[in-house]
Amino acid sequence: MGIAHKYGNDVNTDVIYPGRYTYKQFGPEEMAQHAMEDLDSEFVKKVKPGDYIVAGKNFGMGSSREQAAACLKYAGIKAIIAKSFARIYYRNAINFGLPAITIDTDRINDGDEIEVDLEKGVVINHTKGEEYRFPPFPENVIKIIEAGGLIDFVKSEIKKG
Amino acid sequence: MSQTIAQKILARASGLKEVEVGQIVTPEPDWVMSHDNAAAISKTFKKIGVEKVWDPEKIVIILDHVVPASTPEYAQNHLDIKRFVEEQGIKYFHGMNAGICHQVMAERGHDLPGSLILGSDSHTPTAGAYNAFAAGIGRSEVASIWATGHLWLRVPESFEIMVNGKMPKGVYAKDLALHIIGDIRADGANYMSVEFRGETISEMTMASRMVLTNLAAEMGAKAGIMDYDEKTEQFLKGRALKPYTPVKPDEGAEYQKRKEYDASDLVPKIAFPHTVDNVHDIEKAEEIDVDQVFLGTCTNGRLEDLRVAASILKGKKVNPKVRMLVFPASWEVYMDALKEGLLETFIRAGAMVMNPGCGPCLGAHEGVLAPGERCLSTANRNFKGRMGSKEAEIYLGSPATAAATAIKGKISDPREVL
Repeated sequence: MGIAHKYGNDVNTDVIYPGRYTYKQFGPEEMAQHAMEDLDSEFVKKVKPGDYIVAGKNFGMGSSREQAAACLKYAGIKAIIAKSFARIYYRNAINFGLPAITIDTDRINDGDEIEVDLEKGVVINHTKGEEYRFPPFPENVIKIIEAGGLIDFVKSEIKKG
Repeated sequence: MSQTIAQKILARASGLKEVEVGQIVTPEPDWVMSHDNAAAISKTFKKIGVEKVWDPEKIVIILDHVVPASTPEYAQNHLDIKRFVEEQGIKYFHGMNAGICHQVMAERGHDLPGSLILGSDSHTPTAGAYNAFAAGIGRSEVASIWATGHLWLRVPESFEIMVNGKMPKGVYAKDLALHIIGDIRADGANYMSVEFRGETISEMTMASRMVLTNLAAEMGAKAGIMDYDEKTEQFLKGRALKPYTPVKPDEGAEYQKRKEYDASDLVPKIAFPHTVDNVHDIEKAEEIDVDQVFLGTCTNGRLEDLRVAASILKGKKVNPKVRMLVFPASWEVYMDALKEGLLETFIRAGAMVMNPGCGPCLGAHEGVLAPGERCLSTANRNFKGRMGSKEAEIYLGSPATAAATAIKGKISDPREVL
Protein backbone atom coordinates (compact mmCIF):
# COMPACT_ATOMS: atom_id res chain seq x y z
CA MET A 1 0.00 0.00 0.00
CA GLY A 2 1.25 3.47 -0.80
CA ILE A 3 0.14 7.06 -1.15
CA ALA A 4 -1.09 8.49 -4.47
CA HIS A 5 0.74 11.65 -5.55
CA LYS A 6 -1.66 13.14 -8.06
CA TYR A 7 -0.78 15.40 -10.97
CA GLY A 8 -2.63 16.70 -14.05
CA ASN A 9 -2.44 16.20 -17.82
CA ASP A 10 0.63 16.47 -20.07
CA VAL A 11 3.26 16.30 -17.31
CA ASN A 12 6.44 16.65 -19.39
CA THR A 13 9.92 15.23 -18.99
CA ASP A 14 11.46 18.68 -18.47
CA VAL A 15 9.54 19.15 -15.21
CA ILE A 16 10.01 15.52 -14.13
CA TYR A 17 13.77 15.65 -14.67
CA PRO A 18 15.11 19.00 -15.96
CA GLY A 19 17.33 19.12 -19.05
CA ARG A 20 20.05 20.90 -17.12
CA TYR A 21 20.78 17.56 -15.40
CA THR A 22 20.34 15.10 -18.27
CA TYR A 23 23.97 14.99 -19.37
CA LYS A 24 25.31 14.86 -15.85
CA GLN A 25 26.08 11.35 -14.76
CA PHE A 26 24.34 11.36 -11.39
CA GLY A 27 24.00 8.29 -9.20
CA PRO A 28 20.56 6.99 -8.15
CA GLU A 29 20.34 9.01 -4.93
CA GLU A 30 21.19 12.29 -6.58
CA MET A 31 18.78 11.59 -9.43
CA ALA A 32 16.01 10.92 -6.91
CA GLN A 33 16.66 14.29 -5.29
CA HIS A 34 15.76 16.11 -8.53
CA ALA A 35 12.56 14.14 -9.26
CA MET A 36 9.64 16.40 -10.23
CA GLU A 37 11.80 19.41 -9.36
CA ASP A 38 10.24 21.92 -11.75
CA LEU A 39 6.65 20.78 -11.14
CA ASP A 40 6.45 20.15 -7.40
CA SER A 41 9.43 21.05 -5.26
CA GLU A 42 7.71 19.40 -2.26
CA PHE A 43 7.58 15.99 -3.97
CA VAL A 44 10.96 14.71 -2.80
CA LYS A 45 10.13 15.71 0.77
CA LYS A 46 6.82 13.88 0.91
CA VAL A 47 7.42 10.76 -1.23
CA LYS A 48 7.98 7.44 0.57
CA PRO A 49 9.13 4.09 -0.82
CA GLY A 50 6.12 2.22 -2.20
CA ASP A 51 4.16 5.35 -3.19
CA TYR A 52 2.52 5.88 -6.57
CA ILE A 53 2.36 8.67 -9.12
CA VAL A 54 -1.18 9.19 -10.43
CA ALA A 55 -1.73 11.50 -13.38
CA GLY A 56 -4.02 12.54 -16.21
CA LYS A 57 -3.39 12.00 -19.89
CA ASN A 58 -0.11 11.98 -21.81
CA PHE A 59 2.19 11.54 -18.81
CA GLY A 60 5.87 11.95 -19.70
CA MET A 61 5.52 13.84 -22.95
CA GLY A 62 8.67 15.33 -24.42
CA SER A 63 12.25 14.18 -24.28
CA SER A 64 13.50 10.61 -24.58
CA ARG A 65 15.54 11.06 -21.40
CA GLU A 66 15.40 7.86 -19.42
CA GLN A 67 16.22 9.62 -16.15
CA ALA A 68 12.63 10.93 -16.13
CA ALA A 69 11.56 7.34 -15.44
CA ALA A 70 14.65 6.37 -13.42
CA CYS A 71 14.44 9.32 -11.00
CA LEU A 72 10.90 8.32 -9.97
CA LYS A 73 11.92 4.72 -9.47
CA TYR A 74 14.90 5.83 -7.37
CA ALA A 75 12.60 8.15 -5.39
CA GLY A 76 10.70 5.01 -4.34
CA ILE A 77 7.76 5.13 -6.75
CA LYS A 78 6.34 1.65 -7.26
CA ALA A 79 4.22 2.30 -10.36
CA ILE A 80 2.88 5.19 -12.40
CA ILE A 81 -0.85 5.22 -13.02
CA ALA A 82 -2.18 7.57 -15.70
CA LYS A 83 -4.98 8.01 -18.23
CA SER A 84 -2.36 7.68 -20.97
CA PHE A 85 1.40 7.87 -21.43
CA ALA A 86 3.62 9.50 -24.02
CA ARG A 87 5.08 6.60 -25.96
CA ILE A 88 8.81 6.97 -25.25
CA TYR A 89 8.08 7.51 -21.57
CA TYR A 90 5.97 4.35 -21.49
CA ARG A 91 8.85 2.38 -22.98
CA ASN A 92 11.43 3.94 -20.66
CA ALA A 93 9.34 3.17 -17.58
CA ILE A 94 8.81 -0.46 -18.56
CA ASN A 95 12.44 -0.81 -19.60
CA PHE A 96 13.42 0.44 -16.15
CA GLY A 97 11.16 -2.10 -14.47
CA LEU A 98 8.70 0.61 -13.45
CA PRO A 99 5.13 -0.43 -14.34
CA ALA A 100 3.16 2.17 -16.33
CA ILE A 101 -0.53 1.48 -15.84
CA THR A 102 -3.25 2.99 -17.98
CA ILE A 103 -6.65 3.52 -16.33
CA ASP A 104 -9.14 6.35 -15.85
CA THR A 105 -7.60 8.10 -12.84
CA ASP A 106 -10.41 10.57 -12.11
CA ARG A 107 -11.60 8.63 -9.02
CA ILE A 108 -8.18 8.66 -7.36
CA ASN A 109 -7.40 11.74 -5.28
CA ASP A 110 -4.09 13.08 -4.08
CA GLY A 111 -3.28 11.33 -0.80
CA ASP A 112 -5.49 8.26 -1.37
CA GLU A 113 -3.99 5.00 -0.14
CA ILE A 114 -3.71 2.68 -3.11
CA GLU A 115 -2.20 -0.63 -4.14
CA VAL A 116 -1.49 -2.25 -7.51
CA ASP A 117 -1.79 -5.95 -8.29
CA LEU A 118 -0.01 -6.47 -11.61
CA GLU A 119 -0.91 -10.12 -11.98
CA LYS A 120 -4.62 -9.58 -11.42
CA GLY A 121 -4.59 -6.33 -13.38
CA VAL A 122 -6.21 -4.22 -10.69
CA VAL A 123 -5.61 -0.95 -8.83
CA ILE A 124 -7.14 -1.00 -5.33
CA ASN A 125 -8.14 2.30 -3.76
CA HIS A 126 -8.27 1.58 -0.01
CA THR A 127 -9.34 5.12 0.88
CA LYS A 128 -12.44 4.89 -1.28
CA GLY A 129 -12.95 1.11 -1.12
CA GLU A 130 -12.87 0.85 -4.93
CA GLU A 131 -11.08 -1.24 -7.55
CA TYR A 132 -10.13 -0.28 -11.08
CA ARG A 133 -9.22 -2.95 -13.63
CA PHE A 134 -6.66 -2.68 -16.42
CA PRO A 135 -5.86 -5.09 -19.27
CA PRO A 136 -2.83 -7.33 -18.63
CA PHE A 137 0.53 -6.34 -20.15
CA PRO A 138 1.77 -8.16 -23.28
CA GLU A 139 3.99 -11.16 -22.54
CA ASN A 140 7.24 -9.46 -23.55
CA VAL A 141 6.50 -6.51 -21.26
CA ILE A 142 5.82 -8.80 -18.28
CA LYS A 143 9.15 -10.55 -18.88
CA ILE A 144 10.99 -7.21 -18.89
CA ILE A 145 9.28 -5.97 -15.71
CA GLU A 146 9.90 -9.30 -13.99
CA ALA A 147 13.57 -9.18 -14.91
CA GLY A 148 13.77 -5.73 -13.29
CA GLY A 149 14.18 -3.89 -16.60
CA LEU A 150 15.38 -4.27 -20.17
CA ILE A 151 19.11 -4.49 -19.44
CA ASP A 152 18.69 -7.29 -16.91
CA PHE A 153 16.29 -8.99 -19.30
CA VAL A 154 18.81 -8.81 -22.17
CA LYS A 155 21.56 -10.09 -19.87
CA SER A 156 19.52 -13.14 -18.92
CA GLU A 157 18.57 -13.79 -22.57
CA ILE A 158 22.21 -13.64 -23.62
CA LYS A 159 23.15 -16.05 -20.85
CA LYS A 160 20.49 -18.44 -22.07
CA GLY A 161 22.01 -18.15 -25.53
CA MET B 1 -3.55 -7.48 -46.49
CA SER B 2 -3.21 -3.79 -47.44
CA GLN B 3 -0.42 -2.16 -45.45
CA THR B 4 0.65 1.33 -44.39
CA ILE B 5 4.22 2.61 -44.75
CA ALA B 6 4.85 1.79 -41.06
CA GLN B 7 3.63 -1.78 -41.47
CA LYS B 8 5.73 -2.35 -44.59
CA ILE B 9 8.96 -1.04 -43.12
CA LEU B 10 8.53 -2.86 -39.79
CA ALA B 11 7.65 -6.10 -41.59
CA ARG B 12 10.72 -5.90 -43.82
CA ALA B 13 13.05 -5.08 -40.91
CA SER B 14 11.57 -7.97 -38.89
CA GLY B 15 11.97 -10.48 -41.71
CA LEU B 16 8.20 -10.89 -42.00
CA LYS B 17 5.94 -10.74 -45.05
CA GLU B 18 3.38 -8.59 -43.31
CA VAL B 19 2.54 -7.36 -39.82
CA GLU B 20 -0.67 -6.36 -38.07
CA VAL B 21 -1.33 -3.21 -36.08
CA GLY B 22 -0.70 -3.95 -32.40
CA GLN B 23 1.64 -6.85 -33.14
CA ILE B 24 4.90 -6.88 -31.15
CA VAL B 25 7.85 -7.31 -33.51
CA THR B 26 11.60 -7.39 -32.93
CA PRO B 27 13.13 -5.72 -36.00
CA GLU B 28 16.78 -5.04 -36.72
CA PRO B 29 17.21 -1.32 -37.43
CA ASP B 30 19.15 -0.12 -40.47
CA TRP B 31 20.70 2.59 -38.30
CA VAL B 32 20.74 3.18 -34.57
CA MET B 33 21.64 6.73 -33.69
CA SER B 34 22.76 8.42 -30.52
CA HIS B 35 24.44 11.68 -29.59
CA ASP B 36 26.18 12.97 -26.45
CA ASN B 37 24.14 10.43 -24.50
CA ALA B 38 26.30 7.71 -26.12
CA ALA B 39 28.60 8.23 -23.11
CA ALA B 40 25.94 6.96 -20.72
CA ILE B 41 24.81 4.33 -23.25
CA SER B 42 28.34 2.92 -23.53
CA LYS B 43 28.38 2.40 -19.75
CA THR B 44 25.04 0.58 -19.87
CA PHE B 45 26.30 -1.48 -22.81
CA LYS B 46 29.30 -2.62 -20.76
CA LYS B 47 26.95 -3.79 -17.99
CA ILE B 48 25.26 -6.18 -20.40
CA GLY B 49 28.47 -8.15 -20.64
CA VAL B 50 28.88 -8.34 -24.43
CA GLU B 51 32.31 -7.39 -25.65
CA LYS B 52 31.63 -6.17 -29.17
CA VAL B 53 28.70 -4.29 -30.64
CA TRP B 54 26.46 -6.23 -33.02
CA ASP B 55 27.36 -4.22 -36.11
CA PRO B 56 29.80 -1.28 -35.99
CA GLU B 57 28.63 -0.16 -39.44
CA LYS B 58 25.02 0.41 -38.38
CA ILE B 59 25.74 2.53 -35.33
CA VAL B 60 25.81 6.30 -35.81
CA ILE B 61 27.07 8.66 -33.11
CA ILE B 62 26.91 12.43 -33.55
CA LEU B 63 28.07 14.99 -30.98
CA ASP B 64 25.68 17.93 -30.82
CA HIS B 65 24.01 18.51 -27.46
CA VAL B 66 26.74 20.31 -25.54
CA VAL B 67 29.43 21.14 -28.09
CA PRO B 68 32.02 22.25 -27.34
CA ALA B 69 31.87 21.01 -23.75
CA SER B 70 30.87 23.63 -21.17
CA THR B 71 32.03 21.71 -18.09
CA PRO B 72 34.68 19.07 -17.32
CA GLU B 73 31.83 16.55 -16.98
CA TYR B 74 30.61 17.14 -20.51
CA ALA B 75 34.19 17.03 -21.76
CA GLN B 76 34.59 13.66 -20.05
CA ASN B 77 31.43 12.41 -21.80
CA HIS B 78 32.88 13.37 -25.18
CA LEU B 79 36.17 11.71 -24.31
CA ASP B 80 34.42 8.51 -23.19
CA ILE B 81 32.52 8.44 -26.50
CA LYS B 82 35.68 8.92 -28.54
CA ARG B 83 37.37 6.03 -26.74
CA PHE B 84 34.32 3.80 -27.18
CA VAL B 85 34.16 4.61 -30.89
CA GLU B 86 37.82 3.67 -31.32
CA GLU B 87 37.57 0.53 -29.25
CA GLN B 88 34.49 -0.73 -31.09
CA GLY B 89 35.45 0.47 -34.57
CA ILE B 90 32.20 2.45 -34.97
CA LYS B 91 32.20 3.48 -38.62
CA TYR B 92 29.92 6.51 -38.53
CA PHE B 93 31.11 8.84 -35.81
CA HIS B 94 30.44 12.50 -36.59
CA GLY B 95 32.30 14.68 -34.09
CA MET B 96 31.71 18.25 -32.99
CA ASN B 97 32.26 19.72 -36.41
CA ALA B 98 29.21 18.07 -38.01
CA GLY B 99 26.04 19.54 -36.55
CA ILE B 100 22.73 18.56 -34.99
CA CYS B 101 22.19 14.82 -35.23
CA HIS B 102 18.91 14.92 -37.19
CA GLN B 103 20.35 17.30 -39.77
CA VAL B 104 23.60 15.35 -40.04
CA MET B 105 21.69 12.07 -40.50
CA ALA B 106 20.10 13.59 -43.60
CA GLU B 107 23.16 15.37 -44.99
CA ARG B 108 25.48 12.40 -44.57
CA GLY B 109 23.11 10.04 -46.34
CA HIS B 110 21.81 7.96 -43.42
CA ASP B 111 18.17 8.97 -43.90
CA LEU B 112 17.22 6.47 -46.58
CA PRO B 113 13.76 5.81 -48.00
CA GLY B 114 12.27 2.61 -46.63
CA SER B 115 14.80 2.34 -43.82
CA LEU B 116 14.18 1.75 -40.12
CA ILE B 117 16.00 4.24 -37.91
CA LEU B 118 15.94 4.15 -34.12
CA GLY B 119 17.59 6.89 -32.09
CA SER B 120 18.00 7.90 -28.46
CA ASP B 121 16.49 11.30 -29.12
CA SER B 122 12.82 12.18 -29.15
CA HIS B 123 13.10 14.11 -32.43
CA THR B 124 14.39 11.08 -34.34
CA PRO B 125 11.13 11.09 -36.40
CA THR B 126 12.66 14.01 -38.36
CA ALA B 127 14.22 11.43 -40.71
CA GLY B 128 10.72 10.46 -41.83
CA ALA B 129 10.82 13.36 -44.31
CA TYR B 130 13.01 10.98 -46.33
CA ASN B 131 10.42 8.19 -46.28
CA ALA B 132 12.12 6.39 -43.39
CA PHE B 133 10.33 4.97 -40.35
CA ALA B 134 12.25 6.72 -37.60
CA ALA B 135 11.37 6.55 -33.91
CA GLY B 136 12.85 7.82 -30.67
CA ILE B 137 13.80 5.30 -28.01
CA GLY B 138 15.52 5.35 -24.62
CA ARG B 139 19.17 4.95 -23.72
CA SER B 140 18.85 1.41 -22.34
CA GLU B 141 17.11 0.46 -25.56
CA VAL B 142 20.03 1.72 -27.63
CA ALA B 143 22.44 -0.20 -25.38
CA SER B 144 20.43 -3.37 -25.88
CA ILE B 145 20.38 -2.90 -29.68
CA TRP B 146 24.15 -2.38 -29.64
CA ALA B 147 24.36 -5.75 -27.88
CA THR B 148 21.72 -7.77 -29.69
CA GLY B 149 20.87 -5.98 -32.95
CA HIS B 150 17.15 -5.82 -32.30
CA LEU B 151 14.45 -4.25 -30.15
CA TRP B 152 10.78 -4.89 -29.37
CA LEU B 153 8.37 -2.50 -31.04
CA ARG B 154 4.62 -2.42 -31.28
CA VAL B 155 3.33 -1.97 -34.84
CA PRO B 156 1.58 1.41 -34.58
CA GLU B 157 -1.76 2.61 -35.85
CA SER B 158 -1.44 5.08 -38.71
CA PHE B 159 -2.78 8.62 -38.99
CA GLU B 160 -2.98 10.32 -42.38
CA ILE B 161 -2.66 14.10 -42.41
CA MET B 162 -3.52 15.60 -45.78
CA VAL B 163 -2.56 19.20 -46.48
CA ASN B 164 -3.69 21.03 -49.61
CA GLY B 165 -3.59 24.66 -50.74
CA LYS B 166 -0.83 27.17 -51.34
CA MET B 167 0.79 28.59 -48.22
CA PRO B 168 0.33 32.38 -48.03
CA LYS B 169 3.31 34.74 -47.97
CA GLY B 170 4.94 34.94 -44.54
CA VAL B 171 3.58 31.55 -43.50
CA TYR B 172 5.89 28.55 -43.32
CA ALA B 173 6.06 24.86 -42.49
CA LYS B 174 6.57 25.83 -38.83
CA ASP B 175 3.27 27.71 -38.75
CA LEU B 176 1.50 24.77 -40.37
CA ALA B 177 3.03 22.33 -37.89
CA LEU B 178 2.08 24.49 -34.90
CA HIS B 179 -1.43 24.85 -36.31
CA ILE B 180 -1.78 21.06 -36.53
CA ILE B 181 -0.41 20.55 -33.00
CA GLY B 182 -2.78 23.21 -31.63
CA ASP B 183 -5.63 21.39 -33.32
CA ILE B 184 -4.89 17.75 -32.43
CA ARG B 185 -3.01 18.58 -29.18
CA ALA B 186 0.21 17.18 -27.74
CA ASP B 187 -1.16 13.64 -27.62
CA GLY B 188 -3.21 13.81 -30.82
CA ALA B 189 -1.02 11.24 -32.53
CA ASN B 190 0.23 9.37 -29.46
CA TYR B 191 1.73 5.96 -30.34
CA MET B 192 0.81 6.53 -34.01
CA SER B 193 2.69 6.70 -37.26
CA VAL B 194 1.70 9.91 -39.03
CA GLU B 195 1.81 9.94 -42.84
CA PHE B 196 1.84 13.49 -44.20
CA ARG B 197 0.76 14.05 -47.79
CA GLY B 198 -1.10 16.41 -50.11
CA GLU B 199 -0.16 19.11 -52.60
CA THR B 200 1.23 21.48 -49.92
CA ILE B 201 3.67 18.79 -48.79
CA SER B 202 4.65 17.96 -52.38
CA GLU B 203 5.39 21.63 -52.98
CA MET B 204 7.61 21.86 -49.90
CA THR B 205 11.41 21.69 -49.91
CA MET B 206 13.03 18.78 -48.05
CA ALA B 207 14.06 21.28 -45.35
CA SER B 208 10.43 22.34 -44.81
CA ARG B 209 9.23 18.74 -44.78
CA MET B 210 11.72 18.06 -41.98
CA VAL B 211 10.02 20.76 -39.88
CA LEU B 212 6.79 18.75 -39.97
CA THR B 213 8.32 15.35 -39.26
CA ASN B 214 10.44 16.94 -36.50
CA LEU B 215 7.32 18.36 -34.87
CA ALA B 216 5.45 15.05 -35.28
CA ALA B 217 7.21 14.23 -31.99
CA GLU B 218 5.23 17.08 -30.38
CA MET B 219 2.00 15.43 -31.56
CA GLY B 220 3.06 12.34 -29.60
CA ALA B 221 3.78 10.38 -32.79
CA LYS B 222 6.08 7.38 -32.95
CA ALA B 223 7.03 8.34 -36.49
CA GLY B 224 6.15 11.00 -39.07
CA ILE B 225 6.59 9.82 -42.64
CA MET B 226 6.42 11.39 -46.08
CA ASP B 227 6.19 9.92 -49.54
CA TYR B 228 9.27 9.61 -51.70
CA ASP B 229 9.37 11.88 -54.76
CA GLU B 230 11.81 13.60 -57.12
CA LYS B 231 12.81 16.08 -54.38
CA THR B 232 13.84 13.24 -52.09
CA GLU B 233 15.72 11.61 -54.94
CA GLN B 234 17.47 14.87 -55.80
CA PHE B 235 18.58 15.46 -52.22
CA LEU B 236 19.92 11.93 -51.82
CA LYS B 237 21.95 12.01 -55.03
CA GLY B 238 25.60 11.75 -54.05
CA ARG B 239 24.67 11.45 -50.37
CA ALA B 240 22.88 8.12 -49.91
CA LEU B 241 25.23 5.69 -48.18
CA LYS B 242 23.44 2.62 -49.49
CA PRO B 243 20.98 1.65 -52.20
CA TYR B 244 17.40 2.09 -51.05
CA THR B 245 13.82 1.07 -51.86
CA PRO B 246 11.12 3.72 -51.30
CA VAL B 247 7.90 2.54 -49.68
CA LYS B 248 4.34 3.50 -50.58
CA PRO B 249 1.19 2.55 -48.68
CA ASP B 250 -1.04 -0.03 -50.35
CA GLU B 251 -4.36 1.01 -51.70
CA GLY B 252 -6.91 0.29 -48.99
CA ALA B 253 -4.30 0.49 -46.20
CA GLU B 254 -6.02 1.16 -42.89
CA TYR B 255 -5.75 4.56 -41.24
CA GLN B 256 -7.20 4.76 -37.74
CA LYS B 257 -7.35 8.53 -38.01
CA ARG B 258 -7.45 11.05 -40.87
CA LYS B 259 -7.33 14.84 -40.93
CA GLU B 260 -7.35 17.40 -43.72
CA TYR B 261 -5.99 20.91 -43.61
CA ASP B 262 -6.20 23.84 -46.00
CA ALA B 263 -2.90 25.71 -45.95
CA SER B 264 -4.16 28.66 -48.00
CA ASP B 265 -5.86 30.46 -45.10
CA LEU B 266 -3.09 29.96 -42.52
CA VAL B 267 -1.50 32.85 -40.61
CA PRO B 268 1.76 32.92 -38.64
CA LYS B 269 1.36 31.01 -35.37
CA ILE B 270 2.92 31.17 -31.93
CA ALA B 271 3.06 28.42 -29.31
CA PHE B 272 2.72 30.17 -25.95
CA PRO B 273 4.35 28.94 -22.73
CA HIS B 274 4.54 26.25 -21.44
CA THR B 275 3.28 23.65 -23.93
CA VAL B 276 3.72 23.25 -27.67
CA ASP B 277 -0.02 22.78 -28.17
CA ASN B 278 -0.83 26.17 -26.63
CA VAL B 279 -1.01 27.67 -30.12
CA HIS B 280 -2.50 31.04 -31.11
CA ASP B 281 -2.52 33.30 -34.15
CA ILE B 282 0.35 35.75 -34.01
CA GLU B 283 -2.08 38.59 -33.47
CA LYS B 284 -2.56 37.49 -29.87
CA ALA B 285 1.19 37.55 -29.22
CA GLU B 286 2.01 40.93 -30.70
CA GLU B 287 3.31 43.45 -28.18
CA ILE B 288 4.87 40.74 -25.97
CA ASP B 289 8.40 41.97 -25.15
CA VAL B 290 11.26 39.52 -25.53
CA ASP B 291 14.81 39.44 -24.17
CA GLN B 292 16.21 36.76 -26.46
CA VAL B 293 15.59 35.52 -29.99
CA PHE B 294 16.90 32.04 -30.74
CA LEU B 295 17.17 31.04 -34.40
CA GLY B 296 18.32 27.49 -35.04
CA THR B 297 17.77 23.88 -33.83
CA CYS B 298 16.80 20.65 -35.57
CA THR B 299 13.44 22.28 -36.28
CA ASN B 300 14.52 25.53 -37.96
CA GLY B 301 18.28 25.92 -38.35
CA ARG B 302 18.55 25.00 -42.02
CA LEU B 303 19.73 27.18 -44.90
CA GLU B 304 16.23 28.26 -45.97
CA ASP B 305 15.51 29.33 -42.37
CA LEU B 306 18.67 31.40 -42.20
CA ARG B 307 17.90 32.86 -45.63
CA VAL B 308 14.45 34.11 -44.73
CA ALA B 309 15.65 35.55 -41.41
CA ALA B 310 18.62 37.26 -43.12
CA SER B 311 16.36 38.71 -45.82
CA ILE B 312 14.33 40.42 -43.07
CA LEU B 313 17.39 41.54 -41.08
CA LYS B 314 19.36 42.83 -44.06
CA GLY B 315 20.29 46.45 -43.48
CA LYS B 316 18.42 46.51 -40.15
CA LYS B 317 19.49 46.21 -36.53
CA VAL B 318 18.53 43.80 -33.81
CA ASN B 319 16.75 45.81 -31.11
CA PRO B 320 19.39 46.85 -28.53
CA LYS B 321 17.49 45.28 -25.64
CA VAL B 322 17.38 41.90 -27.39
CA ARG B 323 20.16 39.35 -27.78
CA MET B 324 19.74 37.33 -30.94
CA LEU B 325 21.51 33.98 -31.22
CA VAL B 326 21.90 32.22 -34.56
CA PHE B 327 22.86 28.54 -34.63
CA PRO B 328 23.21 26.94 -38.07
CA ALA B 329 21.92 23.36 -37.84
CA SER B 330 25.09 21.88 -39.30
CA TRP B 331 28.53 22.56 -40.63
CA GLU B 332 27.16 22.30 -44.17
CA VAL B 333 24.49 24.92 -43.42
CA TYR B 334 27.15 27.06 -41.68
CA MET B 335 29.41 26.96 -44.74
CA ASP B 336 26.58 27.62 -47.20
CA ALA B 337 25.35 30.52 -45.09
CA LEU B 338 28.89 31.90 -44.99
CA LYS B 339 29.25 31.69 -48.78
CA GLU B 340 25.89 33.38 -49.32
CA GLY B 341 26.79 36.23 -47.00
CA LEU B 342 24.01 35.39 -44.55
CA LEU B 343 26.37 35.25 -41.59
CA GLU B 344 27.63 38.73 -42.41
CA THR B 345 24.05 39.98 -42.51
CA PHE B 346 23.41 38.54 -39.05
CA ILE B 347 26.64 39.92 -37.62
CA ARG B 348 26.06 43.40 -39.10
CA ALA B 349 22.56 43.36 -37.64
CA GLY B 350 24.04 42.69 -34.22
CA ALA B 351 23.16 39.02 -33.86
CA MET B 352 25.56 36.49 -32.35
CA VAL B 353 26.47 33.74 -34.79
CA MET B 354 27.17 30.59 -32.81
CA ASN B 355 28.62 27.18 -33.67
CA PRO B 356 26.37 24.44 -35.11
CA GLY B 357 24.72 22.36 -32.40
CA CYS B 358 21.69 22.26 -30.14
CA GLY B 359 22.64 25.49 -28.37
CA PRO B 360 20.42 26.51 -25.45
CA CYS B 361 17.39 24.50 -26.66
CA LEU B 362 17.61 22.03 -23.77
CA GLY B 363 19.00 24.50 -21.29
CA ALA B 364 22.52 23.13 -21.03
CA HIS B 365 24.59 26.10 -22.29
CA GLU B 366 25.12 28.92 -24.81
CA GLY B 367 22.26 31.29 -24.04
CA VAL B 368 20.10 30.12 -21.16
CA LEU B 369 17.41 32.38 -19.69
CA ALA B 370 17.26 34.27 -16.38
CA PRO B 371 14.12 34.28 -14.21
CA GLY B 372 11.48 36.50 -15.77
CA GLU B 373 13.11 36.57 -19.21
CA ARG B 374 11.24 35.76 -22.41
CA CYS B 375 12.57 34.11 -25.53
CA LEU B 376 11.11 33.80 -29.01
CA SER B 377 12.55 30.53 -30.24
CA THR B 378 12.40 28.59 -33.49
CA ALA B 379 12.86 25.31 -31.56
CA ASN B 380 10.30 22.60 -30.95
CA ARG B 381 9.75 22.80 -27.19
CA ASN B 382 8.74 25.51 -24.76
CA PHE B 383 8.33 23.51 -21.57
CA LYS B 384 8.77 25.26 -18.26
CA GLY B 385 12.42 25.48 -17.28
CA ARG B 386 13.64 23.97 -20.53
CA MET B 387 15.90 26.84 -21.55
CA GLY B 388 17.24 27.74 -18.13
CA SER B 389 15.18 29.28 -15.36
CA LYS B 390 11.75 27.82 -14.68
CA GLU B 391 10.54 31.39 -14.22
CA ALA B 392 11.42 32.17 -17.85
CA GLU B 393 9.01 31.95 -20.80
CA ILE B 394 9.57 30.44 -24.24
CA TYR B 395 7.41 31.31 -27.26
CA LEU B 396 7.80 29.23 -30.43
CA GLY B 397 7.50 30.61 -33.95
CA SER B 398 8.97 30.54 -37.45
CA PRO B 399 12.38 31.93 -38.47
CA ALA B 400 10.63 34.86 -40.20
CA THR B 401 8.75 35.64 -37.01
CA ALA B 402 12.04 35.38 -35.11
CA ALA B 403 13.72 37.94 -37.37
CA ALA B 404 10.80 40.37 -37.26
CA THR B 405 10.69 39.99 -33.48
CA ALA B 406 14.42 40.62 -33.12
CA ILE B 407 14.11 43.98 -34.87
CA LYS B 408 11.10 45.21 -32.90
CA GLY B 409 12.01 43.71 -29.54
CA LYS B 410 8.49 42.35 -29.26
CA ILE B 411 6.77 39.44 -30.96
CA SER B 412 5.97 40.67 -34.46
CA ASP B 413 4.13 39.54 -37.56
CA PRO B 414 6.69 38.84 -40.30
CA ARG B 415 4.16 39.68 -43.03
CA GLU B 416 4.63 43.36 -42.13
CA VAL B 417 8.35 43.33 -42.90
CA LEU B 418 8.60 40.91 -45.83
